[in-house]
Amino acid sequence: MSQETTITYSKVNEDIIKMLDKPTVKWWALFVFDLAVLGIGLLCFLYQVYTGLGVAGYSHPVFWAVYITNFVFWVGIAHSGTLISAILFLFRAKFRMSIYRIAEAMTVFAVLTAGLFPIIHLGRPWNFYWLIPYPNQRELWVNFRSPLIWDVFAVSTYLTISSVFFFVGMIPDIAAIRDRVKEVPRKIIYTILSLGWKGSNWEWMHYTRAYLYLAAFATPLVISVHSVVSWDFAMANTPGWHTTIFAPYFVAGAIFSGLAMVITLVVPIRRIFHLEKYITISNFEAMAKMIILTSLIVSYAYGVEFFMAWYSGNPYEWEQFKYRATGDYAFFYWLMVFCNSLVPILLWFKKIRTNIKALFIISLFINIGMWFERFNIIVISLSHEFMPSTWNLYKVSLVELGITAGSFAWFFMFFLLFIKTLPAVSIAELKEILPAPVKEAKTK
Amino acid sequence: MTKGQGVLGIFSYVDSTVEAIRSLKKAGYKDIKAFSPVPNHEIEEELKERESIVRFFTLTGGTLGAICGISFTVLTSLSWPIQTSAKPIVSLPPYMIIVFELTVLLGGLATLLGLLINARLRKNIPFSLYDPRFSEDKFGVLVVCKKGEVRDVEGILKSSGAEEIKFEGI
Repeated sequence: MSQETTITYSKVNEDIIKMLDKPTVKWWALFVFDLAVLGIGLLCFLYQVYTGLGVAGYSHPVFWAVYITNFVFWVGIAHSGTLISAILFLFRAKFRMSIYRIAEAMTVFAVLTAGLFPIIHLGRPWNFYWLIPYPNQRELWVNFRSPLIWDVFAVSTYLTISSVFFFVGMIPDIAAIRDRVKEVPRKIIYTILSLGWKGSNWEWMHYTRAYLYLAAFATPLVISVHSVVSWDFAMANTPGWHTTIFAPYFVAGAIFSGLAMVITLVVPIRRIFHLEKYITISNFEAMAKMIILTSLIVSYAYGVEFFMAWYSGNPYEWEQFKYRATGDYAFFYWLMVFCNSLVPILLWFKKIRTNIKALFIISLFINIGMWFERFNIIVISLSHEFMPSTWNLYKVSLVELGITAGSFAWFFMFFLLFIKTLPAVSIAELKEILPAPVKEAKTK
Repeated sequence: MTKGQGVLGIFSYVDSTVEAIRSLKKAGYKDIKAFSPVPNHEIEEELKERESIVRFFTLTGGTLGAICGISFTVLTSLSWPIQTSAKPIVSLPPYMIIVFELTVLLGGLATLLGLLINARLRKNIPFSLYDPRFSEDKFGVLVVCKKGEVRDVEGILKSSGAEEIKFEGI
């Protein structure tokens, strides 16, 4: 945040709470459009439930495709929010303060979106609760050795803890809104949500401790969740999946894609709500530097995968990787390399990483590249397993595309509601990096 | 909080607030609370509350989560044993993932509970002795004293730089 002397505690309250003013016509138009796309996604899902999973484009041997790609993509998007809010909090990185609330909201909404896909992917989605261990008549319990059960525990814990962390971080800010709004219904809602917060030293003492412990829990959790998601694949002996580098590779990829999504979301919000003095170029530059680091890790993993396939002497593994780069889906493989390894090289140049428009465009490329990374891992590996007689191509169906578009609409619906109902930038933490008002300074 | 008279001083500056707390402590007043829009180390240092007990909630929740995780996985495996070749019925490495997730889940929820119980319910201050500007840019010092001490407290707060004083019986 800019340390301009014109920014005061009062100005921070005014500017951030102003974002919650009555929605404009443009907001409504965007919201209605979003709901229309969500409606299309919902209709596609209902059609799939009525007709069966055949309409999802699955054909032997590819029975995990776009839905699981979407699941991994959205879980990955979620990770950067926790990195910015929890991990950077523990490292006391000040640049996080103006962007972490948006990143945290993105985490919660992305997990809510990701959680839909394992259910959409089921033939009988109404039986999804069978994955949850509960006492039943047959005294059956789930298989705790299965990565899919690890997923249930990891993703639901992640959703719960990131929601708690998100809410706890907002309590002082909700109290600030409560103290400012005049309309009765809003006042009542914010009064309930603020839980009686008054900003006493007693409350701050417990609050700062609780926030620290939650950050300390969220940090290993974020690493565990995407590791568990990677083990959904790595635990199987499918060529292209069965590798020990998957956990760090997935975690780095998740942070990489999440940072790109934060930039994609923050750039328009900053412009629309005139937050230039709070979310500065240096904040973006810091994110761009983290993108450079994670892009290098991901690119290294792309190379190491090939090396391991060749050096291991395993013909199935080597065939799989040759097929990735030169086979039927080679275009998507090289698109991934272009977006995730080559485009981020531009960020090495200060002029580019401090140019907001350039950063926004690069972030879109990374979003696309990371979606295709998951698509390549899942679909190409399955379509080209051990037996040449089982090799087959997978083609995406309109139903899958409709549901995928619907998932983006589902995510943005929450986001549009969030920016008009809750403080998108942390009021209390922004004030923490401002100099406290001191009488002596005034008299000088 | 003991029953008595609440005197609230409202300040614009953090150093005046700290000075008021210091003077009140010197004069022998013990039931002092401060309000601020952000956590402030100087105020915290001056009031020196004992360490937050939220950490015990976190520890208890986390330990309970770990115990739940290990007993849940082991006992359910033993209640429906499926022998796969010579592999053990209770295979701890995969169970550690469930143990970890439940440790974090219950530890996090217990931390939230610890915050709610300790920050709000135990030391609740009435809204009549709160000023909405505390969430914006003002600082406050609340003293609970006997009725006969009100004028003295008011004098200390004013001489330290309080811009407004509020009184309320609590």
